[in-house]
Amino acid sequence: MEKALVLLHTVNGQLPPAALETLGLAHTLGGGFDLGVIGAGAAAAAQQVSGGAAKCFAVEGEAFAVSRYSTDAAACEAVIRASGAPLILAPDSMRFHRALPGVAERLGAAIDTHVVSVAADGAVERWYYRQRVETTLRRGQRPWILLIEPGSQPAAQPQAGAAPELLDVACETRTNVEGFSTPLAGEQTIRPDAALLFVAGAGWTKKQKDGAAHVDEAAELILDFVRRTQCSLGSSKSLVDLSGEGEAVLPFLTHLHQVGQTGSSPRHKKGLATCCHGEEPHVVGWRFIQERRAVNLDPNCGWVRGKADVVYVADAFEVMRELLKLL
Amino acid sequence: MPYQIIVCGGLAPDPLQTLEPVFDPAKPSLKNELMLPAVFDPWAAHALYEAGHLAKQHPGTVVRVVSLAPKAKLQQVMMTVAQKMPFELVALDGPGGGFTDAAAVSAALAEAISAMADLDRSRLLLFGGWESATRGAGVVMQRVAERLGITEQFLAVDELSVDADGSLVIKERIEGGRHQISRCAAPPAMLAWATGNLPEPPNHPQTGMANMRVIMPALQKAKPVALEPAIEYLRTALPAAVRQTRVVKDVPAADIAREIAEWIRQ
Repeated sequence: MEKALVLLHTVNGQLPPAALETLGLAHTLGGGFDLGVIGAGAAAAAQQVSGGAAKCFAVEGEAFAVSRYSTDAAACEAVIRASGAPLILAPDSMRFHRALPGVAERLGAAIDTHVVSVAADGAVERWYYRQRVETTLRRGQRPWILLIEPGSQPAAQPQAGAAPELLDVACETRTNVEGFSTPLAGEQTIRPDAALLFVAGAGWTKKQKDGAAHVDEAAELILDFVRRTQCSLGSSKSLVDLSGEGEAVLPFLTHLHQVGQTGSSPRHKKGLATCCHGEEPHVVGWRFIQERRAVNLDPNCGWVRGKADVVYVADAFEVMRELLKLL
Repeated sequence: MPYQIIVCGGLAPDPLQTLEPVFDPAKPSLKNELMLPAVFDPWAAHALYEAGHLAKQHPGTVVRVVSLAPKAKLQQVMMTVAQKMPFELVALDGPGGGFTDAAAVSAALAEAISAMADLDRSRLLLFGGWESATRGAGVVMQRVAERLGITEQFLAVDELSVDADGSLVIKERIEGGRHQISRCAAPPAMLAWATGNLPEPPNHPQTGMANMRVIMPALQKAKPVALEPAIEYLRTALPAAVRQTRVVKDVPAADIAREIAEWIRQ
Protein backbone atom coordinates (compact mmCIF):
# COMPACT_ATOMS: atom_id res chain seq x y z
CA MET A 1 0.00 0.00 0.00
CA GLU A 2 1.25 3.48 -0.79
CA LYS A 3 2.02 6.09 1.82
CA ALA A 4 -0.97 7.79 3.42
CA LEU A 5 -1.63 11.04 5.20
CA VAL A 6 -3.94 10.61 8.18
CA LEU A 7 -5.80 13.92 8.40
CA LEU A 8 -7.69 14.55 11.63
CA HIS A 9 -9.40 17.40 13.44
CA THR A 10 -9.98 18.05 17.09
CA VAL A 11 -13.31 18.55 18.85
CA ASN A 12 -13.01 20.74 21.93
CA GLY A 13 -9.26 20.23 21.88
CA GLN A 14 -9.42 16.43 21.82
CA LEU A 15 -9.40 13.84 19.06
CA PRO A 16 -12.86 12.24 18.72
CA PRO A 17 -13.30 8.43 18.47
CA ALA A 18 -13.69 8.63 14.67
CA ALA A 19 -10.17 10.11 14.47
CA LEU A 20 -8.66 7.15 16.30
CA GLU A 21 -10.60 4.78 14.03
CA THR A 22 -9.07 6.41 10.95
CA LEU A 23 -5.64 6.21 12.56
CA GLY A 24 -6.29 2.54 13.31
CA LEU A 25 -7.02 1.92 9.63
CA ALA A 26 -3.73 3.60 8.61
CA HIS A 27 -1.80 1.33 10.99
CA THR A 28 -3.36 -1.78 9.38
CA LEU A 29 -2.63 -0.73 5.78
CA GLY A 30 1.11 -0.96 6.34
CA GLY A 31 2.35 1.60 3.81
CA GLY A 32 3.58 4.10 6.35
CA PHE A 33 1.83 7.34 7.10
CA ASP A 34 2.13 11.02 7.90
CA LEU A 35 -0.15 12.68 10.42
CA GLY A 36 -1.91 16.05 10.16
CA VAL A 37 -4.23 17.56 12.74
CA ILE A 38 -6.20 20.81 12.51
CA GLY A 39 -8.35 22.62 15.05
CA ALA A 40 -8.11 23.91 18.60
CA GLY A 41 -5.23 22.29 20.48
CA ALA A 42 -4.12 20.49 17.31
CA ALA A 43 -0.41 20.39 18.18
CA ALA A 44 -0.92 18.78 21.57
CA ALA A 45 -3.51 16.35 20.21
CA ALA A 46 -1.19 15.40 17.32
CA GLN A 47 1.72 14.65 19.61
CA GLN A 48 -0.44 12.29 21.68
CA VAL A 49 -1.00 10.01 18.66
CA SER A 50 1.96 10.69 16.36
CA GLY A 51 3.79 7.46 17.25
CA GLY A 52 4.61 5.65 14.02
CA ALA A 53 4.07 8.68 11.79
CA ALA A 54 6.93 9.62 9.42
CA LYS A 55 6.04 13.31 9.48
CA CYS A 56 3.60 15.22 11.60
CA PHE A 57 1.87 18.57 10.93
CA ALA A 58 -0.62 20.72 12.81
CA VAL A 59 -2.65 23.84 12.07
CA GLU A 60 -4.11 25.64 15.04
CA GLY A 61 -5.12 29.12 16.10
CA GLU A 62 -8.30 31.04 16.68
CA ALA A 63 -9.42 30.98 13.05
CA PHE A 64 -9.12 27.20 12.90
CA ALA A 65 -10.77 26.44 16.22
CA VAL A 66 -14.26 26.37 14.71
CA SER A 67 -15.73 24.22 11.97
CA ARG A 68 -16.05 26.46 8.89
CA TYR A 69 -15.47 25.74 5.21
CA SER A 70 -13.08 28.52 4.24
CA THR A 71 -10.66 28.09 7.13
CA ASP A 72 -10.90 24.28 7.25
CA ALA A 73 -10.29 23.99 3.50
CA ALA A 74 -7.23 26.25 3.72
CA ALA A 75 -5.83 24.28 6.65
CA CYS A 76 -6.43 20.88 5.04
CA GLU A 77 -4.97 22.03 1.73
CA ALA A 78 -1.81 23.21 3.49
CA VAL A 79 -1.38 19.92 5.36
CA ILE A 80 -1.97 17.78 2.26
CA ARG A 81 0.52 19.83 0.23
CA ALA A 82 3.10 19.69 3.04
CA SER A 83 2.81 15.91 3.28
CA GLY A 84 2.63 15.12 -0.42
CA ALA A 85 1.22 11.66 0.34
CA PRO A 86 -0.80 10.20 -2.55
CA LEU A 87 -3.50 8.79 -0.27
CA ILE A 88 -5.33 10.86 2.34
CA LEU A 89 -7.41 9.15 5.04
CA ALA A 90 -9.77 11.31 7.10
CA PRO A 91 -12.78 10.61 9.28
CA ASP A 92 -16.15 11.28 7.62
CA SER A 93 -17.22 13.91 10.13
CA MET A 94 -19.51 16.77 9.14
CA ARG A 95 -16.52 19.12 9.39
CA PHE A 96 -14.37 17.20 6.94
CA HIS A 97 -17.31 16.23 4.74
CA ARG A 98 -17.98 19.94 4.24
CA ALA A 99 -14.37 20.92 3.59
CA LEU A 100 -12.53 18.10 1.84
CA PRO A 101 -14.52 17.85 -1.43
CA GLY A 102 -13.61 21.47 -2.15
CA VAL A 103 -10.00 20.74 -1.23
CA ALA A 104 -10.05 17.83 -3.68
CA GLU A 105 -11.18 20.25 -6.37
CA ARG A 106 -8.31 22.64 -5.54
CA LEU A 107 -5.74 19.86 -5.65
CA GLY A 108 -7.13 18.05 -8.69
CA ALA A 109 -7.67 15.06 -6.41
CA ALA A 110 -10.25 12.31 -6.37
CA ILE A 111 -12.42 11.87 -3.30
CA ASP A 112 -14.68 9.10 -2.02
CA THR A 113 -16.85 9.44 1.07
CA HIS A 114 -18.67 7.06 3.43
CA VAL A 115 -15.89 4.51 2.91
CA VAL A 116 -16.41 1.45 5.14
CA SER A 117 -13.28 -0.51 4.26
CA VAL A 118 -9.95 -0.07 2.51
CA ALA A 119 -7.93 -3.10 1.36
CA ALA A 120 -4.16 -3.22 1.02
CA ASP A 121 -4.52 -3.37 -2.79
CA GLY A 122 -6.37 -0.04 -2.77
CA ALA A 123 -9.89 -1.40 -3.20
CA VAL A 124 -12.43 0.50 -1.13
CA GLU A 125 -15.99 -0.35 -0.22
CA ARG A 126 -18.87 2.08 0.04
CA TRP A 127 -22.62 2.11 -0.42
CA TYR A 128 -24.69 3.56 -3.23
CA TYR A 129 -28.40 4.32 -3.52
CA ARG A 130 -28.82 5.06 0.18
CA GLN A 131 -27.37 1.80 1.49
CA ARG A 132 -29.23 -0.31 -1.07
CA VAL A 133 -26.25 -1.30 -3.26
CA GLU A 134 -22.80 -2.15 -1.92
CA THR A 135 -19.85 -1.45 -4.16
CA THR A 136 -16.12 -2.11 -4.29
CA LEU A 137 -14.09 0.28 -6.40
CA ARG A 138 -10.58 1.49 -7.12
CA ARG A 139 -9.12 4.65 -8.64
CA GLY A 140 -5.85 5.36 -10.42
CA GLN A 141 -6.02 9.10 -9.80
CA ARG A 142 -3.80 10.60 -7.09
CA PRO A 143 -4.04 12.32 -4.69
CA TRP A 144 -7.04 10.31 -3.51
CA ILE A 145 -8.95 11.43 -0.44
CA LEU A 146 -10.94 8.81 1.47
CA LEU A 147 -13.44 9.83 4.15
CA ILE A 148 -13.80 6.89 6.51
CA GLU A 149 -17.27 6.23 7.92
CA PRO A 150 -17.28 6.56 11.73
CA GLY A 151 -17.97 3.25 13.47
CA SER A 152 -16.64 1.15 10.60
CA GLN A 153 -13.07 0.59 11.89
CA PRO A 154 -11.52 -0.47 15.18
CA ALA A 155 -9.87 2.43 16.99
CA ALA A 156 -6.09 2.69 17.35
CA GLN A 157 -4.42 2.73 20.74
CA PRO A 158 -2.92 6.22 21.00
CA GLN A 159 0.90 6.20 20.89
CA ALA A 160 2.65 9.47 21.65
CA GLY A 161 5.43 10.56 19.34
CA ALA A 162 7.23 13.56 17.96
CA ALA A 163 5.90 17.09 18.21
CA PRO A 164 4.28 18.28 14.96
CA GLU A 165 5.53 20.94 12.61
CA LEU A 166 3.17 23.90 12.96
CA LEU A 167 2.04 25.19 9.58
CA ASP A 168 1.30 28.87 9.15
CA VAL A 169 -1.93 29.21 7.16
CA ALA A 170 -3.58 32.48 6.15
CA CYS A 171 -7.19 32.62 5.09
CA GLU A 172 -9.97 35.18 4.71
CA THR A 173 -13.54 34.40 5.60
CA ARG A 174 -16.90 36.13 5.57
CA THR A 175 -18.47 33.64 7.98
CA ASN A 176 -18.61 33.71 11.77
CA VAL A 177 -19.70 30.71 13.79
CA GLU A 178 -22.09 32.08 16.40
CA GLY A 179 -23.03 29.02 18.41
CA PHE A 180 -24.98 25.81 18.55
CA SER A 181 -28.54 24.76 19.21
CA THR A 182 -29.23 21.51 20.96
CA PRO A 183 -32.53 19.68 21.42
CA LEU A 184 -33.80 19.39 24.96
CA ALA A 185 -32.55 16.40 26.95
CA GLY A 186 -34.94 13.51 26.49
CA GLU A 187 -35.94 14.73 23.05
CA GLN A 188 -32.50 13.93 21.71
CA THR A 189 -32.31 12.64 18.16
CA ILE A 190 -29.50 10.26 17.28
CA ARG A 191 -27.00 9.65 20.09
CA PRO A 192 -24.03 7.91 18.52
CA ASP A 193 -23.11 6.29 21.85
CA ALA A 194 -26.56 4.81 22.55
CA ALA A 195 -27.03 1.05 22.32
CA LEU A 196 -30.64 1.25 21.18
CA LEU A 197 -32.50 3.09 18.43
CA PHE A 198 -36.20 3.63 19.12
CA VAL A 199 -38.31 4.56 16.10
CA ALA A 200 -41.79 6.01 16.40
CA GLY A 201 -43.91 5.62 13.28
CA ALA A 202 -47.03 7.40 12.08
CA GLY A 203 -49.28 4.78 13.72
CA TRP A 204 -48.86 6.52 17.07
CA THR A 205 -51.03 9.40 15.82
CA LYS A 206 -53.78 7.29 14.20
CA LYS A 207 -57.16 6.39 15.65
CA GLN A 208 -56.93 3.55 18.14
CA LYS A 209 -59.38 0.80 19.09
CA ASP A 210 -61.75 3.25 20.77
CA GLY A 211 -62.02 5.31 17.57
CA ALA A 212 -59.98 8.26 18.89
CA ALA A 213 -56.36 9.30 18.51
CA HIS A 214 -54.28 9.50 21.69
CA VAL A 215 -51.40 11.72 20.67
CA ASP A 216 -50.73 13.11 24.14
CA GLU A 217 -50.46 9.65 25.67
CA ALA A 218 -48.26 8.54 22.78
CA ALA A 219 -45.91 11.46 23.42
CA GLU A 220 -45.72 10.63 27.12
CA LEU A 221 -45.02 6.94 26.49
CA ILE A 222 -42.33 7.64 23.91
CA LEU A 223 -40.52 10.32 25.88
CA ASP A 224 -40.71 8.29 29.09
CA PHE A 225 -39.16 5.33 27.26
CA VAL A 226 -36.42 7.48 25.70
CA ARG A 227 -35.52 9.06 29.04
CA ARG A 228 -35.42 5.73 30.88
CA THR A 229 -33.35 3.89 28.31
CA GLN A 230 -31.26 6.87 27.08
CA CYS A 231 -31.76 5.56 23.57
CA SER A 232 -31.65 7.36 20.22
CA LEU A 233 -35.03 8.59 19.06
CA GLY A 234 -35.84 8.25 15.37
CA SER A 235 -38.93 8.58 13.26
CA SER A 236 -40.29 7.73 9.85
CA LYS A 237 -40.67 10.35 7.14
CA SER A 238 -44.45 10.00 7.11
CA LEU A 239 -44.72 11.04 10.77
CA VAL A 240 -42.32 13.95 10.38
CA ASP A 241 -44.12 15.14 7.24
CA LEU A 242 -47.46 15.15 9.07
CA SER A 243 -45.90 17.65 11.43
CA GLY A 244 -44.81 19.88 8.53
CA GLU A 245 -48.32 19.77 7.10
CA GLY A 246 -49.74 21.23 10.27
CA GLU A 247 -51.57 18.12 11.54
CA ALA A 248 -51.69 17.33 15.24
CA VAL A 249 -48.68 15.11 15.77
CA LEU A 250 -45.90 14.41 18.22
CA PRO A 251 -44.50 17.90 18.77
CA PHE A 252 -40.92 16.88 19.57
CA LEU A 253 -40.31 15.08 16.28
CA THR A 254 -38.60 17.02 13.49
CA HIS A 255 -36.77 16.17 10.30
CA LEU A 256 -33.68 15.66 12.45
CA HIS A 257 -35.30 12.49 13.78
CA GLN A 258 -35.96 11.09 10.35
CA VAL A 259 -34.35 7.72 9.63
CA GLY A 260 -34.24 6.34 6.10
CA GLN A 261 -33.93 7.39 2.49
CA THR A 262 -33.93 11.13 3.22
CA GLY A 263 -32.88 10.84 6.85
CA SER A 264 -30.03 9.35 8.78
CA SER A 265 -28.58 5.83 8.81
CA PRO A 266 -27.45 5.51 12.43
CA ARG A 267 -25.20 2.79 13.80
CA HIS A 268 -26.58 1.06 16.87
CA LYS A 269 -26.47 -2.48 18.20
CA LYS A 270 -30.26 -2.71 18.59
CA GLY A 271 -33.30 -1.09 17.06
CA LEU A 272 -36.96 -1.16 18.11
CA ALA A 273 -39.58 0.13 15.67
CA THR A 274 -43.09 0.90 16.88
CA CYS A 275 -46.18 1.73 14.84
CA CYS A 276 -43.98 1.87 11.76
CA HIS A 277 -44.75 -0.16 8.64
CA GLY A 278 -41.17 -0.95 7.67
CA GLU A 279 -41.40 0.27 4.09
CA GLU A 280 -38.17 0.12 2.11
CA PRO A 281 -37.47 3.90 2.04
CA HIS A 282 -37.46 3.87 5.85
CA VAL A 283 -35.70 0.55 6.34
CA VAL A 284 -32.66 1.58 4.23
CA GLY A 285 -31.81 3.78 7.22
CA TRP A 286 -31.63 0.62 9.37
CA ARG A 287 -28.80 -0.89 7.33
CA PHE A 288 -26.32 -0.56 10.19
CA ILE A 289 -28.68 -1.66 13.00
CA GLN A 290 -27.59 -5.16 13.97
CA GLU A 291 -30.56 -6.52 15.96
CA ARG A 292 -33.99 -5.33 14.86
CA ARG A 293 -37.38 -5.77 16.50
CA ALA A 294 -40.72 -4.19 15.64
CA VAL A 295 -44.11 -3.82 17.27
CA ASN A 296 -46.94 -3.43 14.79
CA LEU A 297 -50.63 -4.30 14.56
CA ASP A 298 -50.28 -5.35 10.93
CA PRO A 299 -49.02 -8.96 10.54
CA ASN A 300 -48.22 -8.18 6.87
CA CYS A 301 -46.12 -5.10 7.49
CA GLY A 302 -42.75 -4.66 5.78
CA TRP A 303 -40.81 -5.79 8.86
CA VAL A 304 -42.00 -9.42 8.55
CA ARG A 305 -40.44 -9.69 5.09
CA GLY A 306 -36.94 -10.37 6.38
CA LYS A 307 -36.30 -6.85 7.61
CA ALA A 308 -36.57 -7.49 11.35
CA ASP A 309 -35.46 -10.35 13.59
CA VAL A 310 -38.65 -10.34 15.64
CA VAL A 311 -42.03 -8.75 14.88
CA TYR A 312 -44.57 -8.50 17.70
CA VAL A 313 -48.08 -8.24 16.30
CA ALA A 314 -49.58 -6.20 19.10
CA ASP A 315 -50.89 -2.81 20.16
CA ALA A 316 -47.84 -0.60 20.78
CA PHE A 317 -49.70 1.46 23.37
CA GLU A 318 -50.35 -1.65 25.49
CA VAL A 319 -46.85 -3.01 25.03
CA MET A 320 -45.21 0.29 25.90
CA ARG A 321 -47.36 0.74 29.02
CA GLU A 322 -46.26 -2.71 30.21
CA LEU A 323 -42.67 -2.15 29.14
CA LEU A 324 -42.36 1.08 31.11
CA LYS A 325 -43.39 -0.80 34.25
CA LEU A 326 -40.36 -3.05 33.78
CA LEU A 327 -37.73 -0.41 32.96
CA MET B 1 -32.08 42.28 -1.84
CA PRO B 2 -33.14 40.09 -4.77
CA TYR B 3 -31.00 36.97 -5.15
CA GLN B 4 -30.02 34.77 -8.02
CA ILE B 5 -30.63 31.28 -6.69
CA ILE B 6 -29.32 28.33 -8.64
CA VAL B 7 -30.50 24.91 -7.53
CA CYS B 8 -28.48 21.91 -8.70
CA GLY B 9 -30.42 18.66 -8.68
CA GLY B 10 -30.52 15.38 -10.51
CA LEU B 11 -32.94 12.49 -10.69
CA ALA B 12 -33.18 9.40 -8.50
CA PRO B 13 -35.19 6.20 -8.82
CA ASP B 14 -38.52 6.37 -7.03
CA PRO B 15 -37.66 5.22 -3.47
CA LEU B 16 -40.41 2.58 -3.58
CA GLN B 17 -38.78 0.76 -6.51
CA THR B 18 -36.71 -2.37 -6.04
CA LEU B 19 -33.16 -1.77 -7.23
CA GLU B 20 -30.98 -4.49 -8.71
CA PRO B 21 -27.42 -3.67 -9.77
CA VAL B 22 -26.02 -4.91 -13.08
CA PHE B 23 -22.25 -5.24 -12.90
CA ASP B 24 -19.92 -3.88 -15.56
CA PRO B 25 -16.41 -2.82 -14.47
CA ALA B 26 -16.44 0.35 -16.54
CA LYS B 27 -20.09 1.26 -16.36
CA PRO B 28 -22.24 -0.47 -13.77
CA SER B 29 -25.93 0.31 -13.80
CA LEU B 30 -29.28 -0.74 -12.42
CA LYS B 31 -31.46 -3.36 -14.03
CA ASN B 32 -34.01 -1.65 -16.30
CA GLU B 33 -32.58 1.69 -15.19
CA LEU B 34 -34.21 3.66 -17.98
CA MET B 35 -37.59 2.09 -17.23
CA LEU B 36 -37.55 2.83 -13.50
CA PRO B 37 -39.88 5.66 -12.46
CA ALA B 38 -37.79 8.62 -11.35
CA VAL B 39 -38.25 11.52 -8.96
CA PHE B 40 -36.37 14.77 -8.50
CA ASP B 41 -33.61 13.94 -6.03
CA PRO B 42 -35.23 14.28 -2.57
CA TRP B 43 -32.62 16.55 -0.93
CA ALA B 44 -32.33 18.72 -4.03
CA ALA B 45 -36.12 19.00 -3.92
CA HIS B 46 -35.90 20.34 -0.37
CA ALA B 47 -33.33 22.86 -1.63
CA LEU B 48 -35.75 23.88 -4.38
CA TYR B 49 -38.62 24.39 -1.91
CA GLU B 50 -36.38 26.52 0.29
CA ALA B 51 -35.34 28.53 -2.77
CA GLY B 52 -39.00 29.14 -3.62
CA HIS B 53 -39.67 30.20 -0.04
CA LEU B 54 -36.76 32.67 -0.09
CA ALA B 55 -37.82 34.02 -3.49
CA LYS B 56 -41.28 34.84 -2.12
CA GLN B 57 -39.70 36.87 0.69
CA HIS B 58 -37.35 38.75 -1.64
CA PRO B 59 -39.17 40.06 -4.73
CA GLY B 60 -37.13 40.05 -7.89
CA THR B 61 -35.31 36.86 -6.92
CA VAL B 62 -34.81 34.45 -9.79
CA VAL B 63 -34.71 30.67 -9.20
CA ARG B 64 -32.99 28.48 -11.77
CA VAL B 65 -32.66 24.71 -11.67
CA VAL B 66 -29.59 23.15 -13.29
CA SER B 67 -30.02 19.45 -13.88
CA LEU B 68 -27.87 16.79 -15.52
CA ALA B 69 -29.99 13.80 -16.51
CA PRO B 70 -31.29 11.91 -19.53
CA LYS B 71 -33.44 14.49 -21.30
CA ALA B 72 -36.54 12.34 -21.77
CA LYS B 73 -36.59 11.33 -18.14
CA LEU B 74 -36.02 14.90 -16.99
CA GLN B 75 -39.02 16.02 -19.02
CA GLN B 76 -41.23 13.44 -17.28
CA VAL B 77 -40.09 14.51 -13.83
CA MET B 78 -40.40 18.21 -14.63
CA MET B 79 -44.11 17.72 -15.41
CA THR B 80 -44.57 17.22 -11.67
CA VAL B 81 -41.84 19.43 -10.20
CA ALA B 82 -42.89 22.39 -12.35
CA GLN B 83 -46.23 22.48 -10.52
CA LYS B 84 -44.57 23.27 -7.18
CA MET B 85 -43.24 26.79 -7.77
CA PRO B 86 -42.00 29.11 -10.54
CA PHE B 87 -38.45 28.47 -11.80
CA GLU B 88 -36.36 28.36 -14.95
CA LEU B 89 -34.54 25.22 -16.11
CA VAL B 90 -31.06 24.76 -17.51
CA ALA B 91 -30.95 21.17 -18.71
CA LEU B 92 -27.87 19.09 -19.46
CA ASP B 93 -28.54 15.87 -21.38
CA GLY B 94 -26.29 13.19 -19.96
CA PRO B 95 -26.20 9.97 -18.01
CA GLY B 96 -27.84 9.97 -14.60
CA GLY B 97 -27.57 7.35 -11.91
CA GLY B 98 -25.20 6.82 -9.05
CA PHE B 99 -22.25 5.25 -10.81
CA THR B 100 -21.14 8.38 -12.66
CA ASP B 101 -18.09 10.25 -11.31
CA ALA B 102 -18.87 13.19 -9.06
CA ALA B 103 -15.94 15.25 -10.34
CA ALA B 104 -17.14 15.03 -13.94
CA VAL B 105 -20.70 15.90 -12.93
CA SER B 106 -19.42 18.89 -10.94
CA ALA B 107 -17.39 20.13 -13.89
CA ALA B 108 -20.42 19.95 -16.21
CA LEU B 109 -22.69 21.76 -13.73
CA ALA B 110 -20.12 24.48 -13.03
CA GLU B 111 -19.57 25.06 -16.74
CA ALA B 112 -23.33 25.42 -17.32
CA ILE B 113 -23.62 27.92 -14.46
CA SER B 114 -20.59 29.93 -15.58
CA ALA B 115 -22.09 30.18 -19.06
CA MET B 116 -25.22 31.99 -17.81
CA ALA B 117 -25.07 35.40 -19.45
CA ASP B 118 -26.65 37.43 -16.64
CA LEU B 119 -24.96 35.70 -13.71
CA ASP B 120 -24.32 38.20 -10.88
CA ARG B 121 -22.03 36.47 -8.39
CA SER B 122 -22.56 39.16 -5.76
CA ARG B 123 -26.18 37.98 -5.48
CA LEU B 124 -25.57 34.30 -6.11
CA LEU B 125 -26.86 31.62 -3.76
CA LEU B 126 -25.94 28.16 -4.96
CA PHE B 127 -28.34 25.55 -3.59
CA GLY B 128 -28.46 21.78 -3.82
CA GLY B 129 -28.94 18.67 -1.74
CA TRP B 130 -26.18 17.74 0.71
CA GLU B 131 -26.08 14.27 -0.86
CA SER B 132 -27.88 12.61 -3.72
CA ALA B 133 -30.09 9.58 -3.24
CA THR B 134 -28.05 7.82 -5.93
CA ARG B 135 -24.29 8.23 -5.45
CA GLY B 136 -24.79 9.55 -1.94
CA ALA B 137 -21.27 10.98 -1.84
CA GLY B 138 -22.10 14.54 -0.81
CA VAL B 139 -19.24 16.10 -2.77
CA VAL B 140 -20.76 17.64 -5.92
CA MET B 141 -21.98 20.92 -4.42
CA GLN B 142 -18.65 21.73 -2.79
CA ARG B 143 -16.78 20.98 -6.01
CA VAL B 144 -19.16 23.10 -8.10
CA ALA B 145 -18.87 25.98 -5.63
CA GLU B 146 -15.09 25.73 -5.58
CA ARG B 147 -15.03 25.88 -9.40
CA LEU B 148 -17.19 29.01 -9.23
CA GLY B 149 -14.86 30.59 -6.65
CA ILE B 150 -17.39 30.42 -3.79
CA THR B 151 -15.53 29.99 -0.51
CA GLU B 152 -18.47 30.36 1.89
CA GLN B 153 -19.97 26.89 1.93
CA PHE B 154 -22.48 25.20 4.23
CA LEU B 155 -23.39 21.53 4.41
CA ALA B 156 -26.56 19.84 5.69
CA VAL B 157 -28.41 23.11 6.06
CA ASP B 158 -31.79 23.02 7.78
CA GLU B 159 -32.56 26.72 8.06
CA LEU B 160 -31.65 29.98 6.34
CA SER B 161 -32.80 33.42 7.38
CA VAL B 162 -31.73 36.85 6.15
CA ASP B 163 -31.13 39.59 8.71
CA ALA B 164 -31.91 43.25 8.15
CA ASP B 165 -28.26 43.97 7.29
CA GLY B 166 -28.39 41.35 4.55
CA SER B 167 -26.29 38.77 6.39
CA LEU B 168 -27.30 35.13 6.07
CA VAL B 169 -27.94 33.18 9.28
CA ILE B 170 -27.54 29.48 8.60
CA LYS B 171 -28.19 26.39 10.68
CA GLU B 172 -26.18 23.33 9.68
CA ARG B 173 -26.57 19.85 11.08
CA ILE B 174 -23.60 18.55 13.00
CA GLU B 175 -22.95 15.38 14.98
CA GLY B 176 -25.12 14.45 17.94
CA GLY B 177 -28.37 15.84 16.55
CA ARG B 178 -27.20 19.45 17.02
CA HIS B 179 -27.13 22.47 14.74
CA GLN B 180 -24.22 24.85 14.22
CA ILE B 181 -25.35 28.46 13.71
CA SER B 182 -23.21 30.59 11.39
CA ARG B 183 -23.53 34.08 9.99
CA CYS B 184 -22.29 34.75 6.47
CA ALA B 185 -21.87 38.46 5.73
CA ALA B 186 -23.22 38.31 2.18
CA PRO B 187 -23.49 36.18 -0.96
CA PRO B 188 -22.07 34.45 -2.86
CA ALA B 189 -22.55 31.33 -0.78
CA MET B 190 -23.24 27.65 -1.35
CA LEU B 191 -25.86 25.92 0.78
CA ALA B 192 -26.18 22.14 0.49
CA TRP B 193 -29.51 21.40 2.12
CA ALA B 194 -30.60 18.57 4.37
CA THR B 195 -34.37 18.35 4.79
CA GLY B 196 -34.97 21.93 5.90
CA ASN B 197 -38.21 22.68 7.67
CA LEU B 198 -40.66 23.21 4.84
CA PRO B 199 -43.29 20.72 3.72
CA GLU B 200 -43.56 19.77 0.05
CA PRO B 201 -45.59 22.52 -1.66
CA PRO B 202 -48.94 21.40 -3.09
CA ASN B 203 -49.21 21.01 -6.87
CA HIS B 204 -50.43 24.13 -8.64
CA PRO B 205 -51.41 23.28 -12.24
CA GLN B 206 -51.38 26.92 -13.47
CA THR B 207 -47.81 27.35 -12.23
CA GLY B 208 -46.94 24.07 -13.91
CA MET B 209 -48.35 25.19 -17.26
CA ALA B 210 -46.52 28.54 -17.04
CA ASN B 211 -43.25 26.81 -16.10
CA MET B 212 -43.52 24.23 -18.87
CA ARG B 213 -43.72 27.01 -21.48
CA VAL B 214 -40.08 27.84 -20.68
CA ILE B 215 -38.99 24.38 -19.56
CA MET B 216 -39.84 22.65 -22.84
CA PRO B 217 -37.61 24.95 -24.95
CA ALA B 218 -34.88 24.55 -22.32
CA LEU B 219 -35.12 20.78 -22.65
CA GLN B 220 -34.94 21.01 -26.43
CA LYS B 221 -31.77 23.10 -26.10
CA ALA B 222 -30.24 20.74 -23.52
CA LYS B 223 -26.51 20.46 -24.15
CA PRO B 224 -25.30 16.85 -24.49
CA VAL B 225 -22.74 15.94 -21.83
CA ALA B 226 -20.47 12.90 -21.91
CA LEU B 227 -18.98 11.86 -18.57
CA GLU B 228 -15.64 10.10 -18.78
CA PRO B 229 -15.38 7.02 -16.54
CA ALA B 230 -12.81 7.64 -13.78
CA ILE B 231 -13.57 4.72 -11.48
CA GLU B 232 -12.74 1.05 -11.80
CA TYR B 233 -15.63 -0.83 -10.27
CA LEU B 234 -14.73 -4.23 -8.86
CA ARG B 235 -18.13 -5.29 -7.57
CA THR B 236 -21.69 -4.05 -7.22
CA ALA B 237 -24.14 -6.16 -5.26
CA LEU B 238 -27.22 -6.11 -3.13
CA PRO B 239 -26.54 -6.47 0.59
CA ALA B 240 -26.67 -10.16 1.43
CA ALA B 241 -28.31 -10.02 4.82
CA VAL B 242 -31.78 -11.57 4.83
CA ARG B 243 -33.20 -12.07 8.29
CA GLN B 244 -35.31 -14.97 9.40
CA THR B 245 -38.13 -13.03 10.96
CA ARG B 246 -39.89 -14.55 13.99
CA VAL B 247 -43.49 -13.31 14.12
CA VAL B 248 -45.01 -13.24 17.62
CA LYS B 249 -48.83 -13.18 17.51
CA ASP B 250 -51.67 -13.61 20.01
CA VAL B 251 -49.40 -13.09 23.00
CA PRO B 252 -50.41 -10.79 25.90
CA ALA B 253 -48.80 -7.35 25.88
CA ALA B 254 -47.23 -8.01 29.29
CA ASP B 255 -45.35 -11.06 27.93
CA ILE B 256 -44.13 -9.12 24.91
CA ALA B 257 -43.00 -6.28 27.15
CA ARG B 258 -41.07 -8.74 29.34
CA GLU B 259 -39.29 -10.19 26.32
CA ILE B 260 -38.41 -6.75 24.96
CA ALA B 261 -37.17 -5.57 28.36
CA GLU B 262 -34.86 -8.59 28.65
CA TRP B 263 -33.57 -8.00 25.13
CA ILE B 264 -32.85 -4.33 25.89
CA ARG B 265 -30.95 -5.28 29.06
CA GLN B 266 -28.78 -7.93 27.34
